[in-house]
Amino acid sequence: MADEIKETKRKLAEMGEKVIVTLNEEGSPSIDIPLRTLSNVVFDKKTKQLVLGDKSAKRYFFNVAHSKKFMQTMMVGSFCKSLLDESIHASIRDMYYNLKRTLPDSNENTFDEQSESDPLIVDIEVALDTLREHLHLTTDRKGIVAGNVVIRDRGDEINWGKLGSGGWSIPSTVDEISFEKVDAEFVLVVEKNAGFERLHEDKFWQKNKCILIGTGGQPSRGTRLLIQRLNKEHKLPVYVFTDSDSYGFYIYSVIKSGSISLAHVSDRIATPEAKFLGLTVSDIYKYNLQKAIIKAKEVDIKRAKELLQYEWFNKNPRWVKEINLMIEKGVKAEIEALSHRGLKFMSEEYLPDKLRSKDFLD
Amino acid sequence: MIMAKTAEELAALQKEISISEFFEKNKHLLGFDNPTKALMMAVKEAVDNSLDACEEAGILPEISVKLKSVSEDRFIVTVHDNGPGIVKEQVPKIFGKLLYGSKFHRLRQSRGQQGIGISAVVLYSQLTTGKPTRIWAKTNTQKKATYVELVIDTLKNEPKIVKDEEVESPIKDSGVIVSIELTGRYRKVQGIDDYLKQTSIANPYARITFTASDGVKTIFPRSVNELPKQPKEMLPHPYGIEFGILLRMLASSKSRTLATFIANDFSSTGAQSAKDICVAAKLDTQKIPSSLMREEIDALLSAMQRAKIQRPPLDCLSPIGGKELEKSMKKEYPSSEFAIAVTREPSVYRGNPFQIEVGIAYGGDLKSDEQMTILRFANRVPLMYQAGACATMEAIKEIEWKRYGLQQSGNNMPVGPVILVIHMASAWVPFVSESKEAIAPYPDIIKEMKLSIQDAGRQLSRYLSGKRRTGDQQRRLQIFERYSVEMATALHVLTGKDEKDILKKLKEIIENRNRLKEASQKAGDTGEEVAPLAVGEEKGEEE
Repeated sequence: MADEIKETKRKLAEMGEKVIVTLNEEGSPSIDIPLRTLSNVVFDKKTKQLVLGDKSAKRYFFNVAHSKKFMQTMMVGSFCKSLLDESIHASIRDMYYNLKRTLPDSNENTFDEQSESDPLIVDIEVALDTLREHLHLTTDRKGIVAGNVVIRDRGDEINWGKLGSGGWSIPSTVDEISFEKVDAEFVLVVEKNAGFERLHEDKFWQKNKCILIGTGGQPSRGTRLLIQRLNKEHKLPVYVFTDSDSYGFYIYSVIKSGSISLAHVSDRIATPEAKFLGLTVSDIYKYNLQKAIIKAKEVDIKRAKELLQYEWFNKNPRWVKEINLMIEKGVKAEIEALSHRGLKFMSEEYLPDKLRSKDFLD
Repeated sequence: MIMAKTAEELAALQKEISISEFFEKNKHLLGFDNPTKALMMAVKEAVDNSLDACEEAGILPEISVKLKSVSEDRFIVTVHDNGPGIVKEQVPKIFGKLLYGSKFHRLRQSRGQQGIGISAVVLYSQLTTGKPTRIWAKTNTQKKATYVELVIDTLKNEPKIVKDEEVESPIKDSGVIVSIELTGRYRKVQGIDDYLKQTSIANPYARITFTASDGVKTIFPRSVNELPKQPKEMLPHPYGIEFGILLRMLASSKSRTLATFIANDFSSTGAQSAKDICVAAKLDTQKIPSSLMREEIDALLSAMQRAKIQRPPLDCLSPIGGKELEKSMKKEYPSSEFAIAVTREPSVYRGNPFQIEVGIAYGGDLKSDEQMTILRFANRVPLMYQAGACATMEAIKEIEWKRYGLQQSGNNMPVGPVILVIHMASAWVPFVSESKEAIAPYPDIIKEMKLSIQDAGRQLSRYLSGKRRTGDQQRRLQIFERYSVEMATALHVLTGKDEKDILKKLKEIIENRNRLKEASQKAGDTGEEVAPLAVGEEKGEEE
């Protein structure tokens, strides 16, 4: 860990040095930042992950369009350097407030919105090939986990199975936790917190010997890393359970292959072995849920067509079939639709049935 | 018992009614419809006459206008010029007879066409105050001045001389002083001050002083020291002729036959076109001009307007001149940061040559959130009323001012710190009414006005975009300077290098950039961007 800190500090210092070199030698401070647009994201077939290409853009301080961002990037960099120097952590919101001030002789602020400072963290991660976690920046906790697992976090022992109705909130940084005991056969990742509550109350994880994770929408980096660690370190199969719509499918693909916007960290947080359990479009018909469907909106169809453009979907005929079925029928369904068949239908019939038949999409 | 009146008595009565009652009834048409305007009209008619006289005599005009308040609504206007003076016999005719003048029977670019004449002011004066008008005229250094006091006999439309003597006068070499007492109201806006200021703009070779009734003296100095070239007289062109004029020309022509009348009494016609016109009108070429009957005149008029005839000669025009107008605008609006004037090539509407000039002054004290100020002129005379009916306004509204860097919503008047001068020079300026304050919106005239405005507008927008570039550059450097402090602090934290050194270096580069910019401007550079410090600076792609 100490090496990691030292290395990150070195990288930050090096970034500053490079800027000073361009200032002194070229009279124009500049910095290279790899591009994070779709045009510079490629799908690595071998690892089945999204990775960043090698395109980058130069930012110049003496260019009006870049100047402010340049200054902001340096400020974010120096903030992280201070965190590492003092061995403390800060949330990305803390950072925003800490760096926000009014510039001299003006009514202009260094930052007006947190949305200005957040992407710069990613810029620095990418430019320095490091992780936000290593910069000592944290985000809000997002995601819950329950299961027969004991971990150690900052010296405390925590049993994921003895946290009552709540489960354990997954922190933004899970690098530093260690597993004491893991007694489970697979991991079930549920897109929605409501789904998690349902299954937790139904004691699904106990009955099915699994670890239950609720992502609460698009999974946070901490959640994704936790999934990866459970898969890699404990060889647990991972099954993803989402709504039957384009967004649900994309959540699955983010867990499995990484996201376009965070392609630079795919290898560190993606779980290529993850499989999609449901809700598939075919399930709607197979499990008689036609009465519980929602009519797909124009954006849903548009997004679905985009998914078909992604290699990691269109190479699998089953996915093509599912997505086409959705476009053709113009329908989508939430996981709660299963309650149409009874409140316990999800935990007692649908999921066991799927797990038994190993009816997964890859 | 009722006394029957004879026809002669009735006629006399009618005539008596006619001149003063006509005036009373038509005050508005003649420009005396409000007291401020009446006062300005008195100054205008006298000054216009002075300027015309000076120019014709080749004298650089030096005109002084004095206003003396007799009571709250009664003033004495005195105008003193250094013109050639007026011979004694002419004085009563010019000042004491309505519709008398040398200008009426000829086609020549002159101010006189623009007013009802000084005699109307004399009449207005005597109708409102009962006082005679006083005139001093001197034609020669050696002679004494002629002094005349007169009124108009409204019965006969003839001058009635009250006093007539040879006197010593304040006139130095030659010139005229006219002093008129009348009721009116003194106001600066759309009054004497505005009129004189604008007159000075359109007549940059004239020196005019104005002493208001409170003794405050305003001087409108010359901005050029040369008189403009004198416009040549021209014969009427067949395309511009109207029935009444044709009738009068036929009646008074010295030509013996219709063919020679057409060939000699008009411009751009010859034996061949005269013959063609006669054939088209089915008239005998040998007819005596004065013998034509009404139907024949109609036929002649329509044949003339359909005939193929060359355009009239264009040397009858005397524009202010682009450079001269520019100079006088800079003189009258010294705080303006930019002034430009353009003179278009002459053009023709209905057989009348005309020429449009446009000047633009920009910035300085002018308000940027108000409608632009428009100064209209016809033959160097300011048109101060009836703007709404004027061809100039139509032309201005049809321009897309946004293209030239000004604000404009819809087809409204543009908003911006601009003085726009439009001048039409012509031997015959078409006015919408007898008060002669708005140019009739003939399509040919509007078209030329638009083209002139666009010419000047392009130059304005060129100036403004240059200015914008300079401003942008300035703003850019300010931005860099503002961001430099945080940059230096951040780089210090990252590298441990001295914060002050980094800041100094950054400021040095910004300073250099500024100097480079100034140097390039001094070298007469077009104000283009200084070469970027880093090659490929603009190529940096941002997500």
